[in-house]
Amino acid sequence: MPTRKPSDVIVVGAGVVGAACAYYAAQAGLSVTVVDRGSVAGGTTGAGEGNLLVSDKEPGPELELALLANTLWRELADVLPPHVEYEAKGGLVVASGESGMRALRDFAARQEKAGVTTQEVPGDRLHDLEPHLAPGLAGGFLYPQDSQVMPAHAAAQLLHAAGDRVRLRLGEEVTGILTGAAGEIRGVRTAAGELHAPYVVNAAGTWGGALAELAGVHLPVLPRRGFVLVTEPLPRVVRHKVYAADYVADVASGSAALQTSAVVEGTPAGPVLIGASRERVGFDRTLSIEVLRRLAAGATGLFPVLGTVRAMRTYPGFRPYLPDHLPAIGPDPRVHGLLHACGHEGAGIGLAPVTGQIIARCLTSGELPLDIDPFRPDRFTAPEPAPAPGSDPAP
Amino acid sequence: MTASPSEPYDLVVVGAGSAGLAGAVTAAELGLSVALLDSTTQSGGQFYRHPAPALGAVRPEALHHDWSAFSDLRRRLAASTVTHLTGHHVWSVVRESGESGAAAGETGETWAVHAITGADGTEEQPVRITARALLLATGAYERQLPFPGWTLPGVVGAGGAQAMLKSGLVLPGRRIVVAGSGPLLLAVASSLAAAGARVPAVVEAAGYLRYARSPRALVTNPAKAAEALVHGAALLRHRVRVLPGSAVTEVHGTDRVEAVTVSRLDGDWTPVPGTGRRIACDALAVGHGLVPQIELATAVGCATRALPDGTLGLALDDLQETSVAGLWAAGETGGVGGAELARTEGELAGRAIAARLRGRRADPDPGRGVGPGRVGELRRRRDRMRAFADVMSAAHAPGPGWPAWLEDETDVCRCEEVTAGRVREAVTELGARDARTVKLLTRAGMGWCQGRMCGTAVACLAARGGTPEPPAERRPFAVPVPLATLAALDERATEQNL
Repeated sequence: MPTRKPSDVIVVGAGVVGAACAYYAAQAGLSVTVVDRGSVAGGTTGAGEGNLLVSDKEPGPELELALLANTLWRELADVLPPHVEYEAKGGLVVASGESGMRALRDFAARQEKAGVTTQEVPGDRLHDLEPHLAPGLAGGFLYPQDSQVMPAHAAAQLLHAAGDRVRLRLGEEVTGILTGAAGEIRGVRTAAGELHAPYVVNAAGTWGGALAELAGVHLPVLPRRGFVLVTEPLPRVVRHKVYAADYVADVASGSAALQTSAVVEGTPAGPVLIGASRERVGFDRTLSIEVLRRLAAGATGLFPVLGTVRAMRTYPGFRPYLPDHLPAIGPDPRVHGLLHACGHEGAGIGLAPVTGQIIARCLTSGELPLDIDPFRPDRFTAPEPAPAPGSDPAP
Repeated sequence: MTASPSEPYDLVVVGAGSAGLAGAVTAAELGLSVALLDSTTQSGGQFYRHPAPALGAVRPEALHHDWSAFSDLRRRLAASTVTHLTGHHVWSVVRESGESGAAAGETGETWAVHAITGADGTEEQPVRITARALLLATGAYERQLPFPGWTLPGVVGAGGAQAMLKSGLVLPGRRIVVAGSGPLLLAVASSLAAAGARVPAVVEAAGYLRYARSPRALVTNPAKAAEALVHGAALLRHRVRVLPGSAVTEVHGTDRVEAVTVSRLDGDWTPVPGTGRRIACDALAVGHGLVPQIELATAVGCATRALPDGTLGLALDDLQETSVAGLWAAGETGGVGGAELARTEGELAGRAIAARLRGRRADPDPGRGVGPGRVGELRRRRDRMRAFADVMSAAHAPGPGWPAWLEDETDVCRCEEVTAGRVREAVTELGARDARTVKLLTRAGMGWCQGRMCGTAVACLAARGGTPEPPAERRPFAVPVPLATLAALDERATEQNL
């Protein structure tokens, strides 16, 4: 079997998280091989809306990650070409009634203490920010740090900007993990041969659990399906990322049942993107009429002007979901040389740079930007017997 | 026939062309309740497209081959119990578990067909129609390959030119070059010439010799040979030159078409340098065969098969059923083969569906004179014509060299104005390996046509000269749908507002 010149590290997965890992590792002087069975951004990255959000996160480890990532994205926006469509447009969370508004106020106060900038917007000022918003809403909160990028370009341009230290091997599926006598990582086997490196980073997103299994470790990444509804191109009708207050509760929920909340945003290219649905149904790509109905009803509820606008397409994506809603980031104590960077659920685009930075620092024994203990990859005990892929453990 | 709003039809047929008409009347004559939906106001599909009555055409059949077969189907439709729903744009079909219990098919499931109504989809009313079985006969659309100048006014689709002629009796120009590849070109050229246009040349990229590699399919399909002779004779009569192994590699003109450059191609369809010559014309009718329109089926997971010309058709069993039980298809959806094949498959599907819903095999009801002989005969005819269709499809498959006639500035995706250069950059610089990633990185295929126009070209460029992956044909909306329509989907008032 042919062997090739070894690299310092192999990153499995050419989505945005793998691209960020490769970018920061290359910046740190390492040689990197990125392997993916498909294209750049061929999985969940290509199906994402490109949200870089702090607004939907409760105070805690994920919010800390998001705040660090927010700063890194601002830096990257200066380095990467304009194709990544970075926009610090701000998020606007709206409540229809007074009780919703009180809940938002409490949530925002706790976020403020954790370093999030928030700004209360009374009902009669909402239209200054979003002229087409439905009348009669109780008010909302503006989160100026919320931003957006075009996710496929974010991944492609990060890899491109990483330069010659990164080699891309696309269309090559990893079929095995190579280990040495002491169980330490030696590389990966693909359909095309062996690739050698002392470190392997699992950035396989929703398929990260399967890659962990190849390395003999348990990491229960499950798919949580979401549909995005895309409209015909419009002039700027929606200026911020606008969503209804119940979105935060849905994000934090572990339920397998279908949840939808209205999330509406414009894009520089013109189409309006409408989300967000969450349900755990395995990797089923079948169109769900009920999801479409709820997404459309939510969007037209917030922006009645969208009623006559046509939906051009819709597609599902599969968020890589771990049971406690936190990603797995960092070295795996069970296999020397294996690192994980997956399980970011719906926040992978946003959290990609900080994840890449942590991985690069782990590889070069650099100083970590925060305590990564909450993201320990070995924090889940393997159930017995192991659940079938896509199956649903206890609620 | 049928139908209280809550009771499903036995069968909904989508598409009232040759296949759909044949399927609908056959099933209705066998006793099923049938609804036949089509987006246009008339039956006949693309092949039997004809002028609206208001135009007062005296002999619409003059432009048609085999008109009697259509008038027979039309007569049977008029005499049948089929509910013919015109102006219905079907955007999605969904399998539902049968809430209505006994009314549902033997699988306990029904299909819901979601459509919006209105002659051109402007006065949209959402409609939901349920059925125990579905027959998709949605036909095909024309395949285009881009070339410098193809977006100039005066360049029209070859099929589009014929449709304009058949429905409106209008010509796209006075001096029209017909170009591209496929058997449609000869038919289009002879129609245009018969209607009074000058056709200085038919430019066919393939060499007709490729048909000779499959003599058996030719000998067993004498009707196809006769059809070609008829067109050939018409072209001779109108002094139309046919230039095989050639392509229009550039269109000239400032505001509209003034001339085209025709170049010789080698066996890979790469233009041979120095062979270009100009032909003056005021219109160009161009097309590279037809692409099965199968998104309603692929959205519910029907398996596909790669056709010899690089397109995807539905994978069908011997009795026209897709890989999804309860969903049948006929005509071009299984691979482009023409009106006679479509009729045959439609009838076969109609018989198979009737048998299934009555809990029988597609066996014969001797009392009605529908012997095994009829199903057997239909299957034999279908197999023979399918074999010929596959030969035709292989003969006109685009050669790997065609992208050589693209300049970097040539628009590939017209809707989003994405050039060949940007597509090539996404492939060579940014790690795109398939049409989907090219789309994500360039927006090629994200516009109004949703990649129907540029899909082939993008897939070829993404494959970098290798065999392109056929486009996945995943377009959950077969037509764009207003958000208010989607938002109102649960209101029962939308159900079958007949």
